[in-house]
Amino acid sequence: MTDATRHIPDRLQSPAARALKSWESLLLAVAIAVFIVNSFASPYFLSAWNLSDATFNFTEKAMIAFAMAMLIIAGEIDLSVASIIALASTAMGAAAQVGAGVPVLVLIGLGTGLLCGAINGLLVTGLGLPSIVVTIGTMSLFRGISFIVLGDKAYTGYPPGFAYFGQGYVWWVISFEFALFAVLAAVYAVVLHKTSFGRAVYAIGNNPTGALFSGIRVARVKFVLFLLTGLMSGLAAVCLTSRLGSTRPSIATGWELEVVTMVVLGGVNILGGSGTIPGVVIAAFVMGLVTFGFGLLNVPGIVMSIFVGLLLIAVIALPRLWAMWRR
Amino acid sequence: MSITRRLFAGTAIAALALAGGAAQAQETVRIALVVKALGIGFFEAAAKGAEEAAAELGNVEIIYTGPTDTTAEGQIEVINALIAQEVDAIAVSANDRDALVPALKRAMDRGITVISWDSGVAPEGRQLHLNPSSNALIGNMIIKMAADNLPEGGQVAVLSASATATNQNTWIEEMNKVLPNYPGIEVVGTVYGDDLADKSYREAQGLMQTYPDLDAIIAPTSVGIVAAARAVEDAGKVGQVNVTGLGLPSEMAGAIESGASKSFAIWNPIDLGYSAAMLSYQLATGAAEAGPGATIPMGRMGTLTLDDNSEGAMADPFVYDASNIDEFKSIF
Repeated sequence: MTDATRHIPDRLQSPAARALKSWESLLLAVAIAVFIVNSFASPYFLSAWNLSDATFNFTEKAMIAFAMAMLIIAGEIDLSVASIIALASTAMGAAAQVGAGVPVLVLIGLGTGLLCGAINGLLVTGLGLPSIVVTIGTMSLFRGISFIVLGDKAYTGYPPGFAYFGQGYVWWVISFEFALFAVLAAVYAVVLHKTSFGRAVYAIGNNPTGALFSGIRVARVKFVLFLLTGLMSGLAAVCLTSRLGSTRPSIATGWELEVVTMVVLGGVNILGGSGTIPGVVIAAFVMGLVTFGFGLLNVPGIVMSIFVGLLLIAVIALPRLWAMWRR
Repeated sequence: MSITRRLFAGTAIAALALAGGAAQAQETVRIALVVKALGIGFFEAAAKGAEEAAAELGNVEIIYTGPTDTTAEGQIEVINALIAQEVDAIAVSANDRDALVPALKRAMDRGITVISWDSGVAPEGRQLHLNPSSNALIGNMIIKMAADNLPEGGQVAVLSASATATNQNTWIEEMNKVLPNYPGIEVVGTVYGDDLADKSYREAQGLMQTYPDLDAIIAPTSVGIVAAARAVEDAGKVGQVNVTGLGLPSEMAGAIESGASKSFAIWNPIDLGYSAAMLSYQLATGAAEAGPGATIPMGRMGTLTLDDNSEGAMADPFVYDASNIDEFKSIF
């Protein structure tokens, strides 16, 4: 050891500089760029009602993405979310057929979501099975039940008041779904970033054994996270079913990957341990704006998929390339 | 919230109506052809037909669009984007009869003409639905194709799907109704291949053994017709027994080439896209109005007559034979 005094800084860089170089600001720049490009590319983009319509492209997926982000930060994943939507929607449809009212339908939707989340959570935390395998299994199971119940039929005939959740407006252009999205974003941001539960989630993701020996009840936290993901899927099912006004077993097909894409694009480490809710919020906007902007230009859907894929790779690769270039 | 929204919607519709009235003179009419998914030959052909209609009408722009895969959610995103662009008409082949209704209702609220074609939308979500054909027209066409090749009359047999198949039973029923119009044609029997290739093949073999003088097999199912044609080829009866019915050009090209089938029928996607564009134009420009009993012109395809559900049948199924099979076999 040398005896020369060594200056150890309190922090490596100022908070402002850190914020500027963060993933979230990079994403925000992308979002603003997409917004500006869209405004110039299509004369229809900058209209309050059109932008309001555009939010429906991501609000339901984003609700699930918040819970999924916490789950992935804790080192687990739930690929059954889209199938939970299908099952919850089928349960609501069946209840609507026998004349259930709006509050009952919502409770059934949320309850089915919670139940599915509990099944996933029990299998993962109770039996110690890997969540990716469990939820691939329940992905087929939950949607399979929907297919058995409905076959090639559809449930329609929801009570008139039920349409509010997916088609109603709270104030002017602010849809109920968007308002819900905003409130949930705030709630999840507080829970993840300002509570001991949130810190436990990060701790588990970084080192589950360490977390366990620090007195964190790892299994219980994970179980709660699966419950939350199920609940959010149930909530998304209420909104989506209300927006479509009908249920088919193919409802929300492929959404699990879009939700995971949103989470990863939002800067959540797929291996767990890091990520933020603001990042996921911005990612939701980026994906929604890109989809809507391309739609306005009538760009074929497959080009959109390619673009989102490239965006995902670019946003993940750029910081790493930047670091390599600086060395 | 609902009052401001309704007020806004009201003024928007009024503004649109005004703009529409003023713009009708020369502005381009933008018609969106929304399909189940992009990259399907059938729909690409329909888009070609719509472009043909646009060229004929002059001031029409066709927007051919659809989701990447056949989901209702994907189609709703596409429809939302079209509403935002203030297109004049949306003609959709729906992935889901019911789920598109709220989105399409919103389109109609904002003054956009909405029709469905090929795969329909529930009546409250569209102004009219264009069916490619009707049961009566199909029933007539399948017996007509057999009779046209039998000027002296002869024996025909039917190879159907399953005995409980609603579509096939309806078509056979309609066929029997018009049978007296084809004197000399005798329907000797009906067998069921259950839409299984091997069972249909064996049933077709059985028909040829039971009725040695059989002149034609009518198979109103795309599985049965291919199997029957192969059975005829394998039995060496090409030229004696003519296989006809409903089939897909891509699957029937071989049978047409070998001569086992002289002709068969199915919808023509080009005509379907053409008619959808023509109807959209008529409604969007206010030249015609949809409703039960209405008759709406659709260019070279004649007129569409709407029934009580505001549905109409475009035309006879389109006949495919050696003269046009090469053009269509790569399409669908």
